[in-house]
Amino acid sequence: MATAHDTIDPLDPVKGRAPLILGNASFADITNAVAAPLEQTSYKGWWLGFGAAVLTLGVLLISVGYLVWEGTGIWGLQNPVGWGWAIVNFVFWVGIGHAGTLISAILFLFRQKWRTSINRYAEAMTIFAVICALLFPTIHVGRIWLLYWVFPIPNQMAMWPNFMSPLLWDVFAVSTYFTVSLLFWYVGLIPDFATMRDRSKGLRQKIYGGFALGWRGSMRHWVNYEKAYLILAALSTPLVLSVHTIVSFDFAVSNLPGWHTTIFPPYFVAGAIFSGFAMVLTLAIPARKIFHLEHIITTKHLENMAKIILLTGSLVGYAYGMEAFVAWYSGNEYESFTFSHRMFGDYAWAYWIMITCNVVSPQFFWFKKMRRNVTVLFILSIFVNIGMWFERFVITMSLSADFIPSSWDYYSPTIWDISTFIGSFGLFFTLFFLFLRFIPMVAIAEVKTVLPQADPHWHPESAHGADADHATKEAHAHG
Amino acid sequence: MAEQKVWGLLAEFETPQTIFTACEGVRDEGYRHWDACTPFPVHNLDKAMGLGASKVPWIVLALALFGMTAGFTLQWWTSAVDYPVMIAGKPFVAWPAWVPVTFELTILLGAFGAVFGMFGLNRLPTFHHPLFGSERFARVTDDRFFIAIESRDPLYDAKKTKKLLQKLGATHVEEISE
Repeated sequence: MATAHDTIDPLDPVKGRAPLILGNASFADITNAVAAPLEQTSYKGWWLGFGAAVLTLGVLLISVGYLVWEGTGIWGLQNPVGWGWAIVNFVFWVGIGHAGTLISAILFLFRQKWRTSINRYAEAMTIFAVICALLFPTIHVGRIWLLYWVFPIPNQMAMWPNFMSPLLWDVFAVSTYFTVSLLFWYVGLIPDFATMRDRSKGLRQKIYGGFALGWRGSMRHWVNYEKAYLILAALSTPLVLSVHTIVSFDFAVSNLPGWHTTIFPPYFVAGAIFSGFAMVLTLAIPARKIFHLEHIITTKHLENMAKIILLTGSLVGYAYGMEAFVAWYSGNEYESFTFSHRMFGDYAWAYWIMITCNVVSPQFFWFKKMRRNVTVLFILSIFVNIGMWFERFVITMSLSADFIPSSWDYYSPTIWDISTFIGSFGLFFTLFFLFLRFIPMVAIAEVKTVLPQADPHWHPESAHGADADHATKEAHAHG
Repeated sequence: MAEQKVWGLLAEFETPQTIFTACEGVRDEGYRHWDACTPFPVHNLDKAMGLGASKVPWIVLALALFGMTAGFTLQWWTSAVDYPVMIAGKPFVAWPAWVPVTFELTILLGAFGAVFGMFGLNRLPTFHHPLFGSERFARVTDDRFFIAIESRDPLYDAKKTKKLLQKLGATHVEEISE
């Protein structure tokens, strides 16, 4: 019956639900399956991907080098559009990061056990995306050697940063987000580094062993570990919501039509989760195939993510509608002009790309067939990535038509805008390929806890028989 | 050569079910200096061992409160005391604008408390441990479950303890030297 991964799977005898990991895997099977990609003898395919990523990273280094040498004038920035692709790319990358935290923290608090197969992956994506995000405001300041002005460091001017500025809130929000995500990821990795240590020899063993900190699976350690992990999840949940709220404050706190709205924080958070899940799909679909992890990252996992994309995509669609409605209903002529300009003006092409990709394309996920079709999922996830970049572009381009028509202008990117953006993918994928090569891409210890035999009250006999579920429940009641 | 001192006994179990009942057994015998080592946190095994609650939350609370206070004080002192600058006619103590940074620092320090508090309580990093001397122990991060009873436990008796562990379902028991 359950020969193909797409068929309906038999129910777990203890929980009465479909098992999360397919093929009756044992604990050792999980260890071997996840460690296999790190222990190959040949890495031809990997070198190909890594090489391409490093070349693209070179494009970034040249673009950033020239920017530092020449200044932000090499971009298409002008008056009134003083914020161009840099802020668009910043919000794009931060948003992608958010799905990782949602999967690792929020789904953990909700006891969504299916997350264990994808959380390591998604957290890695978060960290690399936030690194890319941090790059853009850093280089956008122009004179990056004065970047230390954003930190409250005593300096020769005896001045302090302005804590009333949303841009400064961003500095604290995004750097806290990066630090906490990195810690969360590392804590989750410690038992798996120990697994790799115990499987390898020589220098490899020493390096993995160094990162494993001497972990020996002691239950006395697990008690503190699990509590710390739970608390990190509880701290990351409001953190991730606050980060994109504060990112939206960059726009919403200014007095600009189209930006100055209270809907921005929830709308940005929904959009961030939407784009992030799309990116998880874009990355996970090829990887599970290449590394033969289809029994761990199952179709069910992909389907669950598609459902979240449908939900958040619809929330984003609602926000677009509500923005436009309020612009009209408020009777504010600047506000309503901004929106008609967005929909029918110079940037109408971008607006309708955004609507098509973000509102229309996820609607296919109402159908179970579509949600379980890996090709459809992959293509639509790319559409969503594109659409969410355009959302930030459309919002930022509200600057182009400001209060004085004589100063209106049309923003055209230069080659350097484009090369910096493409180069940021090089940075992202270089890090990602290194991750695939050296770090277990699935949380080994965590996945073992969701196997049916990990339950200390599981009985192999009860795996068969019609009302095994009922029998086990009774055993619990009497035990 | 002087004989090596015995650190304790290491018993191997094959499933979470057997180690669970074995831990209950060792706990009920009254042992104190012992531990269970598992590839993943077996659900409720801490209760089967009779362990108390973790102290991590208290460390987190203390550090989060410190982060909150420090964050607010930093903003107040720099903007209202050390070098007040009039910006857009806003009051010097514009505390609602300080909420985001205060919040972020609360979270940041709380997270430090969770991670480094956990490291501290677990005495990590500890690169050397007598258990790493056992070859079989390498499978603790794969698919085997272990109980280690230390020789410094007052109830420890090389023969009786070994018998107890075998009775509780251990598939292999070995002596570990320091």
